[in-house]
Amino acid sequence: MMDFLTSRAFKGTVFALLMVGLIVLPFFLRPFGLLLIAMWMVHAVAALGLNLTLGYAGQISMAQGAFVGIGAYCTGLMTLAGVPYPIAFLCSGVLCFGIGWILGYPALRVQHHYLAFVTLAFSTLVFLIMRNEEWLTNGIYGLTDIPRPILFGWNTGKAQDFYFFTLLMTSILAFCVWWIIRSPWGRAFVALRENPVRALSLGVDTRRYTLMAFAMGSSIGGFAGALYAPLVQFFEPNSFSLTLSLKLLLMVIVGGAGTFFGPFIGAATEVLLPEWLRIAQGYYLIIYAMLVMILMMFCPTGIIGLGERFISHLRQKKISSERSAQAEAMGQDKAGNNGGAGQ
Amino acid sequence: MDTEHTTVLALDNIVAGYGAMTILNGTTFKVRRATITTVIGPNGAGKSTVFKTIFGMLKARAGTITFDGTDITNTTPRHLLACGICYVPQGRNIFPELTVRHNLELGGFAAPSSINIDERIEAAMVRFPILRQKADAQASTLSGGQQKLLEIARGLLLDPKLILIDEPSIGLSPLMVQETFDILKNLRAKGVTILMVEQNAKSALQISDDGLVLELGRTRMAETAETLLNDPRVGQLFLGGAMEPTAA
Repeated sequence: MMDFLTSRAFKGTVFALLMVGLIVLPFFLRPFGLLLIAMWMVHAVAALGLNLTLGYAGQISMAQGAFVGIGAYCTGLMTLAGVPYPIAFLCSGVLCFGIGWILGYPALRVQHHYLAFVTLAFSTLVFLIMRNEEWLTNGIYGLTDIPRPILFGWNTGKAQDFYFFTLLMTSILAFCVWWIIRSPWGRAFVALRENPVRALSLGVDTRRYTLMAFAMGSSIGGFAGALYAPLVQFFEPNSFSLTLSLKLLLMVIVGGAGTFFGPFIGAATEVLLPEWLRIAQGYYLIIYAMLVMILMMFCPTGIIGLGERFISHLRQKKISSERSAQAEAMGQDKAGNNGGAGQ
Repeated sequence: MDTEHTTVLALDNIVAGYGAMTILNGTTFKVRRATITTVIGPNGAGKSTVFKTIFGMLKARAGTITFDGTDITNTTPRHLLACGICYVPQGRNIFPELTVRHNLELGGFAAPSSINIDERIEAAMVRFPILRQKADAQASTLSGGQQKLLEIARGLLLDPKLILIDEPSIGLSPLMVQETFDILKNLRAKGVTILMVEQNAKSALQISDDGLVLELGRTRMAETAETLLNDPRVGQLFLGGAMEPTAA
């Protein structure tokens, strides 16, 4: 069973079923359901970006929500001004890449909770700009009537069409992140997280990779924002306040930081779970908070980590039963003086 | 020192330190090609700092470092790896959460594109079969000695000409220390130069050609290893002081 659970075939099957589900599901859902799943995907993309910065490269950032905001405003403002969506989409990513790169500089000097505070301050700064620079952002009134794109004659205006568009873009972005993680880049990020000095002694330019970790993670956040804008079609500064950054952080941690699928699971708990827990009404947040606390106490590596622990438990059971069988086979005469030896 | 070997690494009046603290006060020494040279000295003498400075991880404020006739003062670790210098820092240097294979791949990170890393990894696994056996296991599941092997195999991936190895014996069983030293001797036979810092000074000097005594960031003595082993002053200071009379 254990071999099956870790096998490529099993993972492939789960992945394929999930994709088929996401393609078939919209034909059975009402627009609200579609919006919800699309929201899940957009949040998952943003969390994927943060996972790159935090989970893989080990650089804590409390500013991912701000990057989603920058991306959303960039795409919203540009498409409202008549710029074609693909250009606005790319600009959101590039802009966030640049700003993320600059935000990476403090990370070269400070780490851990100090870095958290620096990024927190940045998050607040972005929020204040969104709220106060009315000439650009329309202040507290936010942006309204953001158009949904028409791509190669495909009008994504209807809920179902836009759902498929989100699914397509999410798949492309997720594939990019997956590719980065598997490339030497991903390896260098993990080396950076685990021990910067060791990484440096192997020739990893830790300075450049720290900046890159921020820039790449932020730019994925910007792309998430570029998807978010036409999805909701209306937003205001509060959509991207510190709460969003904290939620994204929670998604990464709860899902399993440093694992590829962690952010998807984390985003599901954050976006879909509230809907399922609706019957609990006001108690929802209490239930959710308790679940998170219990998870963190017993499995700090998140939901994915929980699964991994289960598999490793099965593996240990198998090995120890093999060992005792081996010990049995060693015979009676050796058992007396050799019982506890070996490793 | 004799002249049949040429100098591969030379430090000339190196000054370096951390912040306002100066650790190396004009360190000067030479390392001969295809030798094992051990650096000894009391705590705080600057032994590890010398390595960090050679490897470009700490900026030299003054002085020059020459490797194979070219000036390498204050270049990047990546460049030095490409030049053929490898640095194995103190302690455990594997990435415990990565697999053994991924650890090895990181050893080829600074490799120029002309080098086929997969082939090199394959060769390393032929040389150290345990690494192939455990290739897809997390490196944290290796025993201490196996981790050291992995580290050495990773360091050798780029075929270095000079290995800087800091305290290779720390935390290893006597058997494993012997194995590590045997690997170093083998490398020397192949023409690789090894510069090592070792707490276990006596056994390190026994396999070394040359020895350097560092004190307060300066070279106090640069002799053959044999001379140092027989020098009563060195014996008293760094080798436990009980070498001659009550050697066990």
